[in-house]
Amino acid sequence: MAEGFFPLEARGLGVTLGGHAAIADAQLAIDGSKRVVVLGANGAGKSVLLRLLHGLIAPTTGAILWAGAAARPREQAMVFQRPVMLRRGAAANVEYALHVNDVRGEEARRRAAEAIQRVGLAHVAERQARVLSGGEQQRLALARAWALRPRIIFLDEPTSSLDPAAANEVERIVGEIHAAGTAIVMTTHNLGFARRMADEVVFLHQGRIAEQTPAETFFHSPRSAEAAQFLKGELPWNGSPRTSPG
Amino acid sequence: MSDISASLALALRLVAGGDAGLWKIVLLSLEVSLAAALIACAFGLPLGGLVAACRFPGRRSTIVLLNAMLGLPSVVVGLVVYLMLSRAGPLGELGILFTPAAIVIAQSILVLPVVAALARQFVEDAWDEYREQLTSLGVSPARSVPTLLWDLRYSLLTVALLGFGRAASEVGAVMIVGGNIDGVTRVMSTAIALETSKGDLPLALGLGVVLISVVLALNAAAYALREWSARRHG
Repeated sequence: MAEGFFPLEARGLGVTLGGHAAIADAQLAIDGSKRVVVLGANGAGKSVLLRLLHGLIAPTTGAILWAGAAARPREQAMVFQRPVMLRRGAAANVEYALHVNDVRGEEARRRAAEAIQRVGLAHVAERQARVLSGGEQQRLALARAWALRPRIIFLDEPTSSLDPAAANEVERIVGEIHAAGTAIVMTTHNLGFARRMADEVVFLHQGRIAEQTPAETFFHSPRSAEAAQFLKGELPWNGSPRTSPG
Repeated sequence: MSDISASLALALRLVAGGDAGLWKIVLLSLEVSLAAALIACAFGLPLGGLVAACRFPGRRSTIVLLNAMLGLPSVVVGLVVYLMLSRAGPLGELGILFTPAAIVIAQSILVLPVVAALARQFVEDAWDEYREQLTSLGVSPARSVPTLLWDLRYSLLTVALLGFGRAASEVGAVMIVGGNIDGVTRVMSTAIALETSKGDLPLALGLGVVLISVVLALNAAAYALREWSARRHG
């Protein structure tokens, strides 16, 4: 394992997509110990920020540093809002990810089985991955990411296309992955999810980071006016019985 | 009209009666077309996949070349292969002009661009869906190609079947490089052309019935395969 993985830093990070600044001048530091939730309205640039950090999109300006160095370490994984599964068995999908990362043979089989066990899919391990339900596919995606033993996992709206039961299960697994020592950065527009899952909140507004605040502080007294507005506006249609924050 | 129905009746009797001459032609036809389809797929599928998923120098020229090859007139391909294989040609030493091997070469050249173009389309569509996920897992574009080809195996098998059907229906090039020699290089398509011009309509029609049946059966198989795959794999 690489020494000095964290902090993961964004310095003056920006990207222009289709002539529009999707992310501008982002400053960010993630120390790896907390569950970080990137929160913001639809179109605020959450997914773009996550893809930048993970290295799927090249920044137009600024830099991403891992422990002060520009080299992108391999020990990271991402779980997408809609995971893409290959047309093979569930376990074979996890094994594929291990194979392309040079984990082979018996070791790959063992690690895949273990990861699938941990997300509670042992009973469908041999089933075709693409015929699993949305929730099962998302758990399989978590198993696939986890089996790679990354130092950090990025999750893009991991529960927003799932029903409540499946979402609960995903939240439980994410909590377990974090408890086992993997850093977590996830996006959401859902306040309920953010309240349950966040140790730290990065609030994005129109492509800019309005604030990065410990979750406690954020939900009681957000520092930025944009976040205060968002907390007020989001609550009613979020299904929360209370109308005031906190 | 009665001429046609009489010929058709005779033709069906030939087919059903297992006429040795007819079945020999059918068998050779299927053999060379299968070989040509396999060769075209061996080159065309990876080529289509590479062009779809990878950015490399010469990619644009490859696409232009493949598209141009799609429109190649069969007789011109036949002529060029003929010139290459004729005794004075660069490959004349092989001595395979007017043999089934020459037919396989001409058919492969004609089928390859079809296979490559269809593979490219399938892989390009899939690549849109898979790119981020595969990149995230640490898979390079070049390494993605075999993964995508395998993931699309049922769709691509239908491409191979179409290529096979296309090879079996070729006339012009096959006539030129094969020569339609009875018992050696006579295949369904060339036999139909020749027997029609000779006036042996029952044999021509009989072969026509078999050829159409083969093409129909292939398309039905391709359709059934995709349905089955969609049910099984989602």
